[in-house]
This record gives sequence, structure tokens and C-alpha cells, in this order.
Amino acid sequence: MTGFRLAKGGLVDRSTALNFQFDGKVFSGLAGDTLASALIANDVHLMGRSFKYHRPRGVISAGSSEPNALVELREGPRKEANTRATMIELYDGLVAKSQNRWPSLDLDVGALNSIVSAMFVAGFYYKTFMWPKSFWEKIYEPIIRKAAGLGVASKEADPDKYEKAYAHCDLMVVGSGPTGLMAALAAARSGARVILADESAALGGSLLNENEEIGGQSGGDWAAGVIAELASMSNVTLMPRTTIFGWYDDNIFGAVERVNDHVLEPSPYEPRQRYWRIMAKRAVMAAGAEERPIVFGGNDVPGVMLAFAMRTYANRYAAAAGKSVVVFTNNNSGYRTARDMKAHGVHVEAIIDSRKESLADASGVRVLRGGMITNVTGGKRVTGVELADHRGISCDAVAMSGGWSPIVNLMYHRGAKPKWDERIAGFVPTNVGEAFVAAGSAAGKMLLSECLADGARAGTLKGKTPAIPKCRDEAFAVTPLWWVKGSAGKAFVDYQNDSTAKDLPLAAQEGYRDIELAKRYTTAGMATDQGKLGNVNAIAILAEATGRTMDQVGTTTFRPYYTPVSFGAIAGPFVGHHFQPVRKTPLHEWAEEQGAVFVETGLWMRSSWFPQKREDWLASASREVLATRERVGLCDVSTLGKIDVQGNDAAEFLNRLYCNTFSTLDVGKARYGLMLREDGIVFDDGTTSRLAADHFLMTTTTANAARVMSHMEFCHQAHWHDLDVQYVSVTEQWAQMAIAGPKARTTLQKIVDGATLDDASFPYLAAKEISILGGMTARLFRISFSGEHAYELAVPADYGNMVARSIMQAGEEFGITPYGIEALSIMRIEKGHVAGGELNGTTTAGDLGLGKMMSSKKDYIGRMMAAREGLMDKNRQSVVGIRPSDARDKIRAGSHLLKKDDAPSMAADQGYISSVAWSPMLNMWLGLALLANGRERHGEVVKIFDGVRNIHMYGVICDPMHYDRENKKLHV
Amino acid sequence: MRINCPHCGTRPVEEFTFNGDASVQRPASNDPKTMDQWFDYVYLRDNPKGRFDEYVHHSSGCRAWLVVTRDTQTHEVFGVVTARDHAKKRVKA
Ligand SMILES: [Zn+2]
Repeated sequence: MTGFRLAKGGLVDRSTALNFQFDGKVFSGLAGDTLASALIANDVHLMGRSFKYHRPRGVISAGSSEPNALVELREGPRKEANTRATMIELYDGLVAKSQNRWPSLDLDVGALNSIVSAMFVAGFYYKTFMWPKSFWEKIYEPIIRKAAGLGVASKEADPDKYEKAYAHCDLMVVGSGPTGLMAALAAARSGARVILADESAALGGSLLNENEEIGGQSGGDWAAGVIAELASMSNVTLMPRTTIFGWYDDNIFGAVERVNDHVLEPSPYEPRQRYWRIMAKRAVMAAGAEERPIVFGGNDVPGVMLAFAMRTYANRYAAAAGKSVVVFTNNNSGYRTARDMKAHGVHVEAIIDSRKESLADASGVRVLRGGMITNVTGGKRVTGVELADHRGISCDAVAMSGGWSPIVNLMYHRGAKPKWDERIAGFVPTNVGEAFVAAGSAAGKMLLSECLADGARAGTLKGKTPAIPKCRDEAFAVTPLWWVKGSAGKAFVDYQNDSTAKDLPLAAQEGYRDIELAKRYTTAGMATDQGKLGNVNAIAILAEATGRTMDQVGTTTFRPYYTPVSFGAIAGPFVGHHFQPVRKTPLHEWAEEQGAVFVETGLWMRSSWFPQKREDWLASASREVLATRERVGLCDVSTLGKIDVQGNDAAEFLNRLYCNTFSTLDVGKARYGLMLREDGIVFDDGTTSRLAADHFLMTTTTANAARVMSHMEFCHQAHWHDLDVQYVSVTEQWAQMAIAGPKARTTLQKIVDGATLDDASFPYLAAKEISILGGMTARLFRISFSGEHAYELAVPADYGNMVARSIMQAGEEFGITPYGIEALSIMRIEKGHVAGGELNGTTTAGDLGLGKMMSSKKDYIGRMMAAREGLMDKNRQSVVGIRPSDARDKIRAGSHLLKKDDAPSMAADQGYISSVAWSPMLNMWLGLALLANGRERHGEVVKIFDGVRNIHMYGVICDPMHYDRENKKLHV
Repeated sequence: MRINCPHCGTRPVEEFTFNGDASVQRPASNDPKTMDQWFDYVYLRDNPKGRFDEYVHHSSGCRAWLVVTRDTQTHEVFGVVTARDHAKKRVKA
């Protein structure tokens, strides 16, 4: 043995040395090592500090349950915090750092916490730092966060790719040990589609770690033979490095495949990780069992580890955990470790067996029956153990085994609970349906022969079960030992969260008897390992403290994820611009040419204003308003929802959807429509045109386009399936632009083919198909949101930019100006048209001043509920106009309205300002407001209270229509 | 969870939008005396443990509204019909 690397054996490749860094120091390991095994081989046991007390910690396990050896893996943008050294495959150039220490792992200031540990008892989060309240945010929390965080995430963007994928199979097998291999083999030989997944880098499960004998060969060789057979079959998919993290409805499993975590940098053509959704007709849980620690003083000193982990490091990685070992056990697993270590040439001082009697083979190692370790000496490394009878034994490593817990987590992700089995002293699966069954040690079968047979049985979907090879069994016997009560030092139940044995009785004493409450009070089981090792011990200690059985206490709820899943894997490729699409309107290019500033509304990029020189948004929007009102403006309104409605019953359908009537609309005309929700509140509004007797074009607000479509589909299919009507969204098929202003008609006339746009042939609210630019079919609507003589022109989307450019050319002589949604918004507020601020999900048609639109001659969505007393009350807040009393004041949306002399209070509240704009026409700020009984209060002076700035001013209530009340400009 | 759309076949649940209880039915009358029925229809919903008929929209698929019968506890799906067929069946019943 050179150092702690065993001279012989193991599955490591001794011809391939790999260099790596841990905390800045360079070490050498071998291909096939994990970071943990390589560190152990280099005699490094101190791998981190604990969360609360900052105690020195070493590796406890050899797998995914590891609570202590959490490191920051990699550097820069690829840095990943809280990765388990036991699961990190070593590669050349690997860089890792320990966590929870400052300034260094060796010398840590936070370890003082241990000395003042009285204040860190159970419930310390709830009891400590409660007073004074103001201290929490500024003093306590930042200090606690700095001193007691886990790893630190990288703040740089992850440069790697992640994928999402789906898979289907007849049988999925979770775990590739003896049980899983037999299950996969049985199913695969019958022709079934099989997926075999294992979280480890290599398939074989415990057969890679243990000395077994199957079918006259070593367990490893037998496994290799089965894996080779499976690999040769086209109906089998082998998935190593894949963690099945959750079980979901319909027997769907979530999985993460670590495609490239074991290399320095992923190839640019491959993802780092792949997030799988596996649809399995059936599944077998063959994840085996997890060894438990024993709760005794100093069970966290670096060098103390699980017995199974110690022999795994020796058998699989040829790494000795020490030169002189003590074993502490309550079952036969400890004996197995003693024998294996001895066979590897490691000195085993003694087996401390808590049982008074045992028949296990100690292979000549001294056994102290009925013995207890009460304390482990040593700070950063074990130096020895103290026994209950005050004897001391020197050693540099301790192997412990508190029994085995079947790994059942996945089976309980959908609500069921496991039950306690006295024989194996562990929670075993209950029946959760035939689609997902446990087999082997996951089902509490603790002998190898049982595992092979159980796996074969579970994997036989049809036909004959394959022959089961003969094997050598290791006897299984356990007598529970949960807590060495005479422990001298701290005895940990949950390593990562530093919960000790004393915390649980204290929680029970303080009333937190329920396991779910005790868990939260003590934080046992709440760390990143979710209590994989310590939960059963915690349940047993709580059971004893409260005089209940294990089943009476029960387990906490098992939830996905089995092990942590990175955000990268969950996000998959949907990052940056792939997170959500960008919707550009058909006039986007034209708007860009005109220098538009765009704003995101939903997914849309809308042209917001078109600044010239050094204009700010308000100067630009004001200029655009003036130009439109004085000459002519062009605005992109393509984002409005457009729904084409056709059929014999199209008019009837619209009658039922809108509160006003559409069956009376003449062909070739447009009408403003208002839709209610079934509860009587306003849902959406827009202009709908009748293009033929059985053909309408509906427009919706930009925000509600998708919702209105779903609503129509629901109403038609669920309520009125007998209506002969078809409808489809054509929002993206048409570019639509508003041409507004006194010169709008003259401008448009220049591009229209043949027809004359006079009031006789094209009156207000006309809606007709026309021809423009020498043969292009377009739709022209004489409607106005700005209050000007205006049109909306719709052309097939692909012609949008070209047509907009043509209109700009046609209007050049009149000074045509592009205007954005800021100018549009100013003009609609000047005109008192309601929009999002008023159509806010609380207002009725009456509140908006549109009560007269509600027909009494027909049924429509919302009719009945809109007639409720409370929705008709005259004191409801209704839409009014508002202006500051002093024209120099700036009023703001969201400000509350009060009677002139009232002080601000909820009781005195009269309403609020819903929309404001600077009006270039009136040279002042003006707005729309919702005011109690507002329509009766025009002319009243009110107090405007801005609670955010804590200021107030006065305003005058007026008609919502601030500008051109006679609508003269519509008809110029 | 997957839903077997009568038009599209078995599809993942993300393609669907849930919209609640399908056992309620929009009253036919606008007579003010039927206000109680309307109130029940708009606001009152049972929250059963077990079998439940539910409106589901295949919003990222064929756009059909469906009625899915599932167990609210186990999420087992017992059957899927179109809302149209559900409504027709109800008229007959
Ligand atoms: Zn469908």
C-alpha cells in the first residue's frame, strides 16, 4: 500500500493518472475514481464544514445520499455549488472547492458557533433573533447568511447546453444492481422495450462494490456478462449516469442524464445534461437499500463513515479510509467491512457490535459484543474511540452501520406511505399499483439470492421467468440501535443541517410531536440530501421520546426530486430568446426605418414612439399627436386580435357573445362591440365588421386576443354546439394600420384603385374590401380611436411594410407622421375612450358609461349577472374625466380621489385615477378616473391623493371626453 | 399526466388548459326568477374527492374543448369526450 491507495484490486485504471485541484492544492487520482475516492486515496478526509456549527466534516457515504462532502465544482460560469464529491467522476483538470468555511477549511471562524451552541438548539430559527424586529433585516439575517450558507452559485451565465427528451418503454428498471439486471434481462428476453437507468457512472450497482459470487463467477463478472447481453439487444436502452428523480401521474418518470459532467468541457455538439420524461407502461424499483449511520458522540468526525462506504472505497476504488479501523455495527454489514478491509491488508482493531449475540463471521477480528462507542476523539481526523465502559481504542477511521433502509422514495411521490418492517428494521414499500413495483432490497429482500429471484419475477411481463443463477448469500440480521444515550460529544442525526439526537426529544417536549412538525422544528431531513441517511433514526428517536411505534410516527412526505436537479436541466434549451418567442408585427421593418422605439407588450414588440433628433418620449409623442390632429398620422395597429367568423349563424353567435346586437348590422359596416364575462363584468371590446351576411371580422384588444378565442370556442362547443358557425384567428395574417387626421382621406385616396373615398360611398363606420396600389386586395374600415377622421387599412401581412411605405410616400406632401402607441394612448385619453386602465376586470358596462349598449332583447354571456343589484348601484365607481385645478400640476395614475376637504382614509376613498396623459392639445395633464357616482359629479373639485409620494393636489371632475366633444373632427 | 384527445390521440398535459367543473350547465332562461340557478351556475362548485368531470381545452392542439373524467386524488383518467358530445348527451338525458 502506497499512502492510502491499495496496491491491488479495484475498478480504477492504474495506467491513467488524473490531476485535479481541491482548495487550490494539486492532487493525483486515477481514472475510475470519484472526487471522494481520490481524496481518500490522498489521505484527505476533511472535505467541508457543517452548516450550523461549522464542524469539520469528511465523507460519510459513497453515493448520492452524501450529506457532508459537498463542494463547489468547476470555476467561473461553469461553477456548480453543493455537488457531492461522492458522485463527481474524476477527470483531468477537475477543480473543486470546499464550502461553509471562512477564511479556510482548516481554520474556520464559524466553528465558534459550536462553543455557543446552546443558542443553536432545535427551533433556533424561531427562538433566536426575534428581537428587536428591526435588527432582523439589517443585522441578523446578513450575518447568518454569510456565515451559514452552503455553496455559492456562479453569477455568470451558464455557457453549456441542456436538452429535453421523451422516451417510451414497456418496462423501466430503476437501478442496475442484481435485482435490476435480472428484471431487465427477464423483460428484454421476452422482446419488451426496456430502459435500465442507474445514477452511477457504471452499471452493476452493488455488484461493483461488494465481493459476491454469482453463477460460479465474481459478482462483477456476472454483471458484466448480463450488461453485455442487454447492450446487444435493440429493444434495450441502457442509461448510466441517469437519476430517476420523480414518479408522476400516468407512470411517467422524470430523469436527468448527466451526459457531460464527467469531462472538463462538454463538446459543443452535446448537452451537459439531458432532462428526460420517460413514459413507462410498467416500472420496477430496484434501487436497493441505503445503509444508516448510528447516532453516537462524534459520529461526524472526519474518518467516520458508513461501513458499506468504507468497503466500497476499498473494493471498487482501491482507496483505504485508514490504516487502522474500528467498526461499530448493529447488524452483519459491519462484519463484512471488517473482513474486506482485512483482506485488503488494512488493520482492523475491533468490531464493536451493539448486539449481545451474533453469529456473523468476523474472520479473526476481535469482536466486542454489547459494546457502544460514546465518543470519537480527534478534530479534523479520527484519532480513536471511547467506549461506554471507558475503554479507549486508537484508530484513524471508524466504519458504522445502523442497519439498512430500502430506497423507496420514488414510490411515494404520489401520496402513499411505506410501512415499518420489524424484521429488517426499515420502512418497506406498500402496494402502489401494478404499474410500479419494488423488488430486491428496495422491497426489503436483504439476501442476494432473494434479489436475483425477485428481480427476475418483477421483470417477467410475459412468458417464462429466466433461470436464476446460484449465488453465495451473506446472512442478514439486525437489532435496532438508534442512539447511544451515554454519548459524550454531539451525536448527529442529520449531518448537513447539524440536527443532534437531543433536538428531537426537545421538539417533542415543546409540542412538535408530529413528524412533519418535528422535521421543520429541528430541520432534520430538510437539507439537500433530504434526510436519506438520518430520517429513520430521527423517526425512531421521536417515537421513543413520545412512546409511539415507528408506524405511528410514520415518515415525512417523500417528494421529487430524489436528488437535486440543476436549473439548467429544468430550463433545458428554453433560455434567453428561446424562453419566449418575440412577436414582430408585419410593419416592424417599416417602423425600424422610421426610427421607432419598441416596447414589449406581452410577446409583441410594438412601436412606442418615433423620436427625432434628441426628443424624449413625451416630446416625441406630443409632436406625433399634433401632427396627426393637424395633418395626418400613420400607426401600426396589427397587434389587435382579429378573428374571422363565418357561417349561417355567425350573426346569432356574435349576438350571444356581445352585450350589444350584431344581427342588425348592415353588410359593409362596422360596429363597436362590448363583451361581458358570465359574471356581468366587462371582458373585452373591439370593432366588428360585417363583410357579408354570413361573414364577420371581429377585432379584440391586443391583450385579450387569445382569451377571446378560447372563450368563443368554449361558448360554441360547450353551450351552443347547434350553431352553424366557424371562426379562426387571423391576427397574424393581416397587417393593419391606422391612417388618421384631416388629411387621412386625401392621403389614402392616392393609393386606392378606382373608388372614391367620399362620405356617400365610404361613410363613417364603413367596412369594405377595396383594391389598392394597382390590384392588391385590402380591407378598409372607417373607424377612429384617435377621434380624427380616420381609417384602418388591412392588407395581407407580407405586404405590410410595402404598403406602409407607400402610404408614407402618398402622405409626404401633407407632412404625414408615423405615430406610436404613446401618441395613440394620449389621443384616446383626450377623447375619453376606455382601455386597459378602465377595462380592468372590475368594471361593468354601466361603470364605463356604456350601459345603454346592453340589449334587453336577447340572451348573451353576462346578461343575467350584470343585472344584479350591486352591479347596477348608482354609487358604483364610474368613468369620469379629471383635470388638475392648477393646470401646472401633474396628476398621476393610481392616485386616489377624496372629497375636497376629507383627509385620506379607506373610508373616505371616492375612487382613483385610472389613466393619465399629457395633452398637447390642452397643454396640461389630464386623465380618466373611476369615481363613486361619477356621472353626477361633473364640475366637482376633488382632492387627489398620491399615497406613494404622500402629496395631494386638487382636481376637477369632468366629462371623460376632454377634446372635441362634438366629434366634429371625425367627419372633417 | 397524459390526456387522450378524441381528435389528436394521447398527448402530454402541458398541451391542455383546465377550466373546472363540467357538471354545471348554463341555464336557458333569462327570467329574473331563475337568478338562483344562475348564481349556482356562475359561482357554486363542488370540490369532490374522487371522480370528477372537468372542462379541458386542447389549447396547444386541435383547440377542442373536452370533458375529462378523472379521479382528483389519483389523477387516473376514466374517459374523455368532446364538450360538444357531452352537451349533446346532456340534452338527450
Ligand atoms: Zn386535440
